[in-house]
Amino acid sequence: MVDAAKQSASEKPYLSIANIVKKFGDTTAVDGVTLDIQRKEIFALLGSSGCGKSTLLRMLAGMERPSSGQIILDGQDITKLAPYDRPINMMFQSYALFPHMSVADNIAFGLKQDKMPKGEIDARVAEMLDLVQMRKYANRKPYQLSGGQQQRVALARSLAKRPKLLLLDEPLGALDKKLRQQTQLELVNTLESVGVTCIMVTHDQEEAMTMATRIGIMSEGQLLQVGTPAEIYDYPNCRFTAEFIGDTNLFTGPVVVDEPDRVEIEAAELGGRIWIDHGITGPKGMQVWASIRPEDVRVDRDPVAAGPNAAKGSVAEIAYFGSYSVYHVKLGSGKVLKAMVPVNRWHEANLEPPTWGDQVYVSWRADMPVVLTR
Amino acid sequence: MNIQRLFKRLKPGRGAVISIPYFWLLLFFLVPFFIVLKISFAEQDLAIPPFTSLMNLEEGGLLHLTLNLGNFDFILSDDFYAKTYLSSLQTALFTTLMCLLLGYPIAYAIARTDPARRNVLLMLVMLPFWTSFLLRVYAWMGLLNENGLINSFLLGIGLIDEPLQLFHNDFSLYLVMVYAYLPFMILPLFSHLVKMDGRLLEAASDLGAGPIKAFFTITLPLSKNGIIAGSMMVFIPAVGEFVIPELVGGPDTLMIGKVLWNEFFDNNNWPMAAAVATVMVLLLIVPIAFLHRFETRQLEGKGNE
Amino acid sequence: MNNQKLSPFLKGMLLLGLLFLYIPIVSLIVYSFNDSKLVTVWGGFSTKWYASLFQNEQIISAVELSVQIALASATAAVTLGTIAGFVLARFKRFPGSSLFAGMMTAPMVMPEVITGLSMLLLFISMQQLIGVPAERGFFTIWVGHTTLCMAYVSVVVRSRLLEIDQSLEDAAMDLGARPLKIFFVITLPLVAQAIASGFLLSVTLSLDDLVMTAFLSGPGSTTLPQVIFSKVRLGLNPEINALASITVLVVGVLVIVANYLMLNSQRKRERALAAAMRESSAS
Repeated sequence: MVDAAKQSASEKPYLSIANIVKKFGDTTAVDGVTLDIQRKEIFALLGSSGCGKSTLLRMLAGMERPSSGQIILDGQDITKLAPYDRPINMMFQSYALFPHMSVADNIAFGLKQDKMPKGEIDARVAEMLDLVQMRKYANRKPYQLSGGQQQRVALARSLAKRPKLLLLDEPLGALDKKLRQQTQLELVNTLESVGVTCIMVTHDQEEAMTMATRIGIMSEGQLLQVGTPAEIYDYPNCRFTAEFIGDTNLFTGPVVVDEPDRVEIEAAELGGRIWIDHGITGPKGMQVWASIRPEDVRVDRDPVAAGPNAAKGSVAEIAYFGSYSVYHVKLGSGKVLKAMVPVNRWHEANLEPPTWGDQVYVSWRADMPVVLTR
Repeated sequence: MNIQRLFKRLKPGRGAVISIPYFWLLLFFLVPFFIVLKISFAEQDLAIPPFTSLMNLEEGGLLHLTLNLGNFDFILSDDFYAKTYLSSLQTALFTTLMCLLLGYPIAYAIARTDPARRNVLLMLVMLPFWTSFLLRVYAWMGLLNENGLINSFLLGIGLIDEPLQLFHNDFSLYLVMVYAYLPFMILPLFSHLVKMDGRLLEAASDLGAGPIKAFFTITLPLSKNGIIAGSMMVFIPAVGEFVIPELVGGPDTLMIGKVLWNEFFDNNNWPMAAAVATVMVLLLIVPIAFLHRFETRQLEGKGNE
Repeated sequence: MNNQKLSPFLKGMLLLGLLFLYIPIVSLIVYSFNDSKLVTVWGGFSTKWYASLFQNEQIISAVELSVQIALASATAAVTLGTIAGFVLARFKRFPGSSLFAGMMTAPMVMPEVITGLSMLLLFISMQQLIGVPAERGFFTIWVGHTTLCMAYVSVVVRSRLLEIDQSLEDAAMDLGARPLKIFFVITLPLVAQAIASGFLLSVTLSLDDLVMTAFLSGPGSTTLPQVIFSKVRLGLNPEINALASITVLVVGVLVIVANYLMLNSQRKRERALAAAMRESSAS
């Protein structure tokens, strides 16, 4: 597991999730997850529906009890504590704002449960309203607010008690795309200014990559990989992660050359070899996969030198995205390779962009592919 | 899920909450059925209360248990009771069918009206429901009898020469049964129909189905739950109806609710009434159990959302 | 369901249905102003039956009793029914939950001759065993009505509870509130409207109940439906017409007012939401 870039390795984790398992009857929703979170981190649990991320979040909140395992927050074992006894607050996907209370009363609710004196409550509520810029809506009811405004109130309410840990359940799921992008940055800024440790759950990789300091990829109840967005993108540890984050091209084949400084894979689909400029651990002849990102694939109209890391193909599909296009190139073996090409590529070389059916040459540098053993 | 788990931890608190309505129903709803069963094995007696005791503790500590099966024997052997139960079921079935035939188009029409006018229409249809059942039955008494409004009207416009026998016969019974139970059919039907997605019909017509075909292949099957709910709400109570046969039924009208009432209030034969009630419950157990399972399945579907 | 134009068939059925429902009621009202004692033979306009109605001691005291019982039953029914509705909506499974759910559905459909007789026999047995209830009257009628009405209240409350966002209760717990507090501060206000309509429904059912009441009442406790029934059994009675008209009027007014209030609050919400949307898109 890779430590957060900002924290020293010797610091004790703020939140320690130790081998948490959750079973519902015969189904195992969470299958032995172990994870350490540092203070002030914004950690994203990323995965598709049913992977167990929401169940894990609910166990952190106290809404579900783990079948086995331990959760330790700031030195305190909270595994068996009720939700109302934990120093953790959650921002719900549906916001769950109390419809019969005003914005101010919603934010004050948690503080009232702690029997805070009224003056302090009012001051804190005002502070929170300013934090999310909702001061002038203090007396409105939730149904009088737009989606984005409701989200801000939900955030303010969940931060009011200065929780040690903030849980976010698909925080931007209910917003439309444009609003989402704007809100992502606003949200991260707010969280960082408050300095609260966060765990968010999302199925949207863009959201996780943009907002989190570290990401944990979950699938079928297990934590597959944990790392910074860059680490996960550049160095996926398995096919699932490579395919889940961003787009990729996967080739499979046996290792035919295994040297300390290079590895060659006989990739039948490529019709040639894939060279990687570093060694890997594993015997010769081992079946591996090579993951090559579309933006690392170079497309030429003129023939390139024959050899490894190159192939000839024809353009089967073009997906136009304005500033770039994704070319689906059909290779001799029938496999379709995706190549992401910025629009300037053709302008700078004074070439016409290839069109459907054109013959093109694809290639990539030896340091681009990532070797995956599972 | 979560509140339940916490309530599990507060076992005494949770138990107390559930137990209040639970024990009320056990005592005042369930236990009485067993008492009815017990009394049905007694004999009529000149006493207060007017039935014999089943158990007699004799000298020497011998407990005598007397089960009089005479009442049940009578019910099973005498033609009268079999005919009455059958006629009650028949009447209830007919009422349910007629309520369905009349109520479905009305519920459908309201469900398809725009929301603004829909409220007004719904209000209009439900207003009779909120008015007294008894008074609505009484209203028909004035309309149906020989000097009643219907006859006067028909005589007045010359359609008939003699007043029609519209009252105190099977016609008046069925008519008023349908009239009284109609709102009980319309409301469940409406609440199911209104939830149906109108776009399904748009899709059907886009695929080439005409309105009538679309109705029979899409709307009708999807409203199955509403039909079942409404039918149960009409059929089960209709079997044991008393007021309507009493007020507008004919002398030959055989309805089991009326028979029970007569046994109890007129003959003062409580054990017999209890026996009649026991057999009625046995007959109705099947539709009641069906309704219960149906409702449970409905709610489970909803609760899992 | 979308709002399309109704076919002539549907429009016709709707009209027919409404006529069918209302002609008897209208005739009741019209003939309450009939001067002649023969209800269906018009003898001229008169309000004398209303006058005699208000002087009819029997009816007046029956109305008083019925109203008292109705209010008492509705209160008890709402209390018990709300708890039951909550249990059925939130606690999905517990030992005996199936029986409990069954006991909640059955009173609504069970013929009243059965429920009335069985409850009476229960009270007799109780009297023999422990001496309570000493006689049939207010208390026994109240128990019967409450049992019937709580079933209806539980259905209304249960379906409302299933509609509300379950995460509201989660959120309250997350913010530090304990389950009992959550029930009173969060859940109850949100089902308030359902409880109110349950209360009204119970009042209506209780005021109207005849068969069960007949079994459970004693000398000196005669409810309004019982008085009406005894009179009506003997034939048509213009005072009853007058009573019916008043009933229809009162119920009609209440239904219209309740409907108007509900529509109004709904329209207010829609306008508020529209305003909020306009605001946020402008900013």
